[in-house]
Amino acid sequence: MLAAAFADFMQQVVSGLASGGIYALLALALVIIHRSTGVINFAQGEMATLSTYIAWTLWANHGWNYWLAFPATLALSFAGGVATHRIVIRPVERGSVLRIVIVTIGLLIAINGFVIWQWSGEPHQLRSPFPSDVLDVGGVAVSVQDLGTIAVALGIVVLLWLLFQFTKVGLALRAVAVNPEEARLVGVRVSWMLALGWGFAAMLGAVAGMLTAPSVGLDPNLMQALLIYAFAAAVLGGINSPVGAVVGGLALGVILNLLSYLSQYRFFDWFSEELRLPAALLVILVVLLVRPGGLFGHAEVKRV
Amino acid sequence: MSPRVTRAVGGLAFAALVVAVAVLPAFVNDFKAQQYAYVAIYLIALLGLNVLTGYTGQISLGHGAFMAIGGYTTAILMAGNEQFGGPLGGGLKDVWTLPFAALVAGLFGFAFGLPALRLSGLYLALATFAFAVAMPSAVKRFEEWTGGGSGINLFGTPELTGSLTNVELFGWELTFNDWLYYLTWTVALLAFAVAWLILRGRTGRAFRAVRDSEIAAVSSGVSLARYKTLAFGISAAYAGVAGGLFAIANTFVNPDTFPIALSIFLLVGVVVGGLGALSGLVVGAIVIQFLPLWAQGEDLGALLPDRIIAETQKPGGPAIVYGVVLVLVMFVIPNGVSGLFHRAGQLVARARMRRT
Amino acid sequence: MRTLLELDRVEARYGPVQALHGVSLTVGEGEVVAVLGANGAGKTTTLRAISGTVSRSGTIELEGKPLPRSPEAVARARIAHVPEGRGTFVDLTVEENLRLGAYVRRDREVKADLARVATYFPWLAERRRQRAGTLSGGEQQMLALARALMGRPRLLLLDEPSLGLAPLVVRELFRVVRELNEQEGLAVLVVEQDARAALSVSSRAYVLEVGRVALAGTSAELRGNESVRRSYLGY
Repeated sequence: MLAAAFADFMQQVVSGLASGGIYALLALALVIIHRSTGVINFAQGEMATLSTYIAWTLWANHGWNYWLAFPATLALSFAGGVATHRIVIRPVERGSVLRIVIVTIGLLIAINGFVIWQWSGEPHQLRSPFPSDVLDVGGVAVSVQDLGTIAVALGIVVLLWLLFQFTKVGLALRAVAVNPEEARLVGVRVSWMLALGWGFAAMLGAVAGMLTAPSVGLDPNLMQALLIYAFAAAVLGGINSPVGAVVGGLALGVILNLLSYLSQYRFFDWFSEELRLPAALLVILVVLLVRPGGLFGHAEVKRV
Repeated sequence: MSPRVTRAVGGLAFAALVVAVAVLPAFVNDFKAQQYAYVAIYLIALLGLNVLTGYTGQISLGHGAFMAIGGYTTAILMAGNEQFGGPLGGGLKDVWTLPFAALVAGLFGFAFGLPALRLSGLYLALATFAFAVAMPSAVKRFEEWTGGGSGINLFGTPELTGSLTNVELFGWELTFNDWLYYLTWTVALLAFAVAWLILRGRTGRAFRAVRDSEIAAVSSGVSLARYKTLAFGISAAYAGVAGGLFAIANTFVNPDTFPIALSIFLLVGVVVGGLGALSGLVVGAIVIQFLPLWAQGEDLGALLPDRIIAETQKPGGPAIVYGVVLVLVMFVIPNGVSGLFHRAGQLVARARMRRT
Repeated sequence: MRTLLELDRVEARYGPVQALHGVSLTVGEGEVVAVLGANGAGKTTTLRAISGTVSRSGTIELEGKPLPRSPEAVARARIAHVPEGRGTFVDLTVEENLRLGAYVRRDREVKADLARVATYFPWLAERRRQRAGTLSGGEQQMLALARALMGRPRLLLLDEPSLGLAPLVVRELFRVVRELNEQEGLAVLVVEQDARAALSVSSRAYVLEVGRVALAGTSAELRGNESVRRSYLGY
């Protein structure tokens, strides 16, 4: 009996890590952009949706091999992110916060509209990169899909970390996040570094979308809920902390899944599937109002 | 322009607006009157949001939620018991619910404004965004009060003026839409006047001081906490009134009546209209009501070739237009339409100076 | 001695406020030149005009060729600007700060230079992995200097290096500057409020007043002239 309960529990943890990994990717995208350009990109979700549609259309409509479409989408998303920064964000970066918020919202509306305009609002099916087998690991039923998602998510995070820590470009990116004026003085082309940040963020969003779409179906609203979860993860971890984004995402995924699992027991029976999103929203509100810096961030010192 | 001239021009403009509002229904059909009624509703909400964002510099992506609070207050007071056995009894005439809508929403605004003091800029935007997205779920949760997913229907109830028979006003007979038009615009013009009074006095100066420099404001003795939460409360109260009128205009409320898009459009309206200046807000309200329609090719359709119209009318097309227009407006007129008027006024003044 | 850097009637403004009203000066190869004057005289602005961090008009030539206007290009031209307040990347380690100094270089000798730079600042080697923000003010200033050196610059722009530092540290700092100048042939344009310290290492100096050059001469002349010292240099 206990073993069965434990197996169930572990199953929830694993699938929580998988969904959490996806939240972590999108949260990381948000954090990279906020850290470097100080912008909260409300359009991050829609950009990821667009990337996922591109992957789908290459594979479904143009007959590309999925394993060709995947990296091609990543490359296109990267380019798209860079272009978005150069064309849309750079002119308003130094302006008022309000202006930037409206611009990213305009992007959100326009991109969402474009997706519907180009591919209609009907749902489509994107294949998963992983087979749908289920493994038995010590009595726990674990889907290959979940394991694969965790592996890909963590793998990308590690690759990105290696890039940031050990390459010249990574060093320059970090320098720009710490002190852009200084970075200019040592010769870093700051605005291109910022554009690169947007490129990486777009790529992360694309992966998140491609990992999520196979299980929930591809439609224009794909990332809307996910964006909220990503915001919650980023805020929980600390909106300027990449580590926080990853930890926050994984934690959020596991916690939400556990709440679902525990709702079969009387103490937690108030929790239902439809409360997942409001729970995430509550996390955002509570963290922002109690400890705006999140777990790993320094609270923005608001003097006065 | 000297302050006296500015005020005189402003007064004249306001008078012209009142006259225009009064006679407009005679020239337009019933449906258009309803659309213009919505413009008045948005104007009221924008007046409030302007106090928060234009005057104290706090960004809110959540004012649709305050509208929802006001709207549901109105609906519950009007329909309450009769409809679904709610706790309040109901039966209050629509117009008399508005002060309550303002009060309840205003209290929520105060309550939100207190912890929000610790947040600035983007963080506040995010928090209010979360608040607005969560509102429909919260509404569904408190079913006994709000009617849950099916909401509250006001159409055909005696509390809703004009829904059963036409309205008799000063010997004139008005259809529901015309009555709605006059109701909303009367409230809007009143709200406008109240806002003007609040903002020209000490409170307004304190608000502006907070926006321009919090540090300077504090050292001049302006209590940040008091004025920032006051601004939240006032702006929420305005949104509450707008929400109440929105419920009346829609003749029903349900969780989908006040989606996150509404909050977004309100912020768009106040930014495009121009922060701080009351005049631009009328333009902002017009933009909220009509830009989505213009994006679909209505009204302005005659100006563009058919092929383009056909493309933009496909689903998703209007949204692309809307989004792109939004971004372009932020590039070209970052201070909104009233900023444009201001610039024009400056250029005129400068030209006049050069001539003398 | 060849002229390395020449400014001819350079003007600069911050928005509507004009800070430089036509500054002309030269720096020769391997020379140490001081720019002195009171607060607000335009000393920092002069350096900013050179490194491109403020918009300017007028001519600036490096070895006879016009100097580019963007900070990135100026860095590539091997002019290192150590700004007021050190400008260290506080969240990065000492070694990362140093590597950033070499950002514009494409050669393979960066690693060797890390060792070479450590000879001037021996304590840097042990603190390689320490977060720059945890260093003291004096150490951060030395780090900034070391970082500038990593770029193998021809000209060093030093902005108020003594700011906020104890006199002993200031002396050590200028000793290092002199050593760098003598050993590496590094030309230095140093802006200072501490005229005495600056004049102890420079061969020539300019005194700025309200955005213009009020006085120029060799350091010996300026040091020796008592009325000049009292009215312009404050000692």
